Amino acid sequence: MSDQTGTMVHDATGVDPLPDASRRGSRQMPLPQQRGPVSALLCGLLAGTDPEASRQRLVEAASLAAAQTPDVLFDEDLQLALFVCYELHYRGFDGVDDTWEWDPELLRARAELERVFEDRLRTAIDPVDETATTAQEVSDALFALAEGGDGPSVADFVLRHATTDQVREVMAHKSVYQLKEADPHTWAIPRLEGRAKSALVEIQMDEYGNGRPGRMHSELFARTMAGLGLDHRFGAHIEHVPAISLASVNLMSLFGLHRRLRGAVLGHLAIYEMTSSLPSSQYSRGLRRLGFGDDVAGYFDEHVEADAVHEQIAGRDMAGGLIEADPATRGQVFFGAAAVCLVDGLLGAWQLGAWEQGRSSLRMPLEAEGTDHGV
Amino acid sequence: MESDGASITVCPQGPLLVRGDFSLTDGTGAEIDNDRGTVALCRCGRSAIKPFCDGTHKLIGFDRPKK
Ligand code: FES
Ligand SMILES: [Fe+2]
Ligand SMILES: [Fe+2]
Repeated sequence: MSDQTGTMVHDATGVDPLPDASRRGSRQMPLPQQRGPVSALLCGLLAGTDPEASRQRLVEAASLAAAQTPDVLFDEDLQLALFVCYELHYRGFDGVDDTWEWDPELLRARAELERVFEDRLRTAIDPVDETATTAQEVSDALFALAEGGDGPSVADFVLRHATTDQVREVMAHKSVYQLKEADPHTWAIPRLEGRAKSALVEIQMDEYGNGRPGRMHSELFARTMAGLGLDHRFGAHIEHVPAISLASVNLMSLFGLHRRLRGAVLGHLAIYEMTSSLPSSQYSRGLRRLGFGDDVAGYFDEHVEADAVHEQIAGRDMAGGLIEADPATRGQVFFGAAAVCLVDGLLGAWQLGAWEQGRSSLRMPLEAEGTDHGV
Repeated sequence: MESDGASITVCPQGPLLVRGDFSLTDGTGAEIDNDRGTVALCRCGRSAIKPFCDGTHKLIGFDRPKK
């Protein structure tokens, strides 16, 4: 691979760097466009451009909207506002002061949104009368839960029917998480000890490429996007992504950022790992059916093998290890696991439903970007 | 650091999970490409990426040999 000046660029591992690897580090995503009163006030406040936006008005608007939303999972305004609040804890936004991360009034507004979000999930999910006690029983129960969702699958659709444009849409949805893959679950590490902690670190080491530059799963995913002619900078497709897709990512941040939900974030990760190997193989074969090669399918090939390992560690040592050490976390673990099945099930149904009706699953179709995306 | 050797977890209805200090070689003694510290070796015989597990055991209802 050559960069703009035509020099051959290789790192010591022989992994080709991303097309614009040198520019990735410093760039932050811009604040997104508002989608309603709460996100308008929030973005206006963070940008400092809206003299009408005050902290107090934001808290009031969040509280009102939270009380009135017909369904927070599909509420564009609230899911975007929540995403913006959470993103301050990850990479922040271009031109936004980092001190907003711990602004008490902003956290108050966020708590209003989180409350309605978590209530929505708890209402939909029956309290688990799970009796799994040993690590192996926990693992078995989580595998059973992961297998439960036998609705139509996006991976199966990609394998058999999807067009290249539909595959690009799938990747745009995925990009909001996959370009920061593993980060939301990493918040849990300092909140654990013993076997569960070792297991989570063991998984995350792999997610972060075992220390090899260019091999982080987020970077492998960026390469997939580049090969599909998609902008692979974090946040590049945020305007396209609908509420339910943001909800899927916000779910991980909700679980990851609250110590009281540390069991839920492990349950979430366990389900992610347990629903990855087989679908990843379907994605990989679907991409090859459409004529793409290793550069695009590589991310999925890696996940076939990696997640067959991770799912074993996640069920038994990580989630099982936590419940063995602290049985009081059992309900949280299975709540987190059920929540991801619910939300990602709705996201899959959203995508497949849109394509069935012959329209885009995004808020607007992706514009043709060609392959010259490294701006 | 002292090596604890390798440990193998026999996953019920699934692979052999191998951790620790081990080397993986084929019949000729050549090293098998392996990027990760812990590996899952296929036990059901149906993986498409043998010797590694690819999750296929879940589709075929693989169960440990019963006594
Ligand atoms: S043991 Fe997993 S595919 Fe054979
Ligand atoms: Fe991964
Ligand atoms: Fe994984």
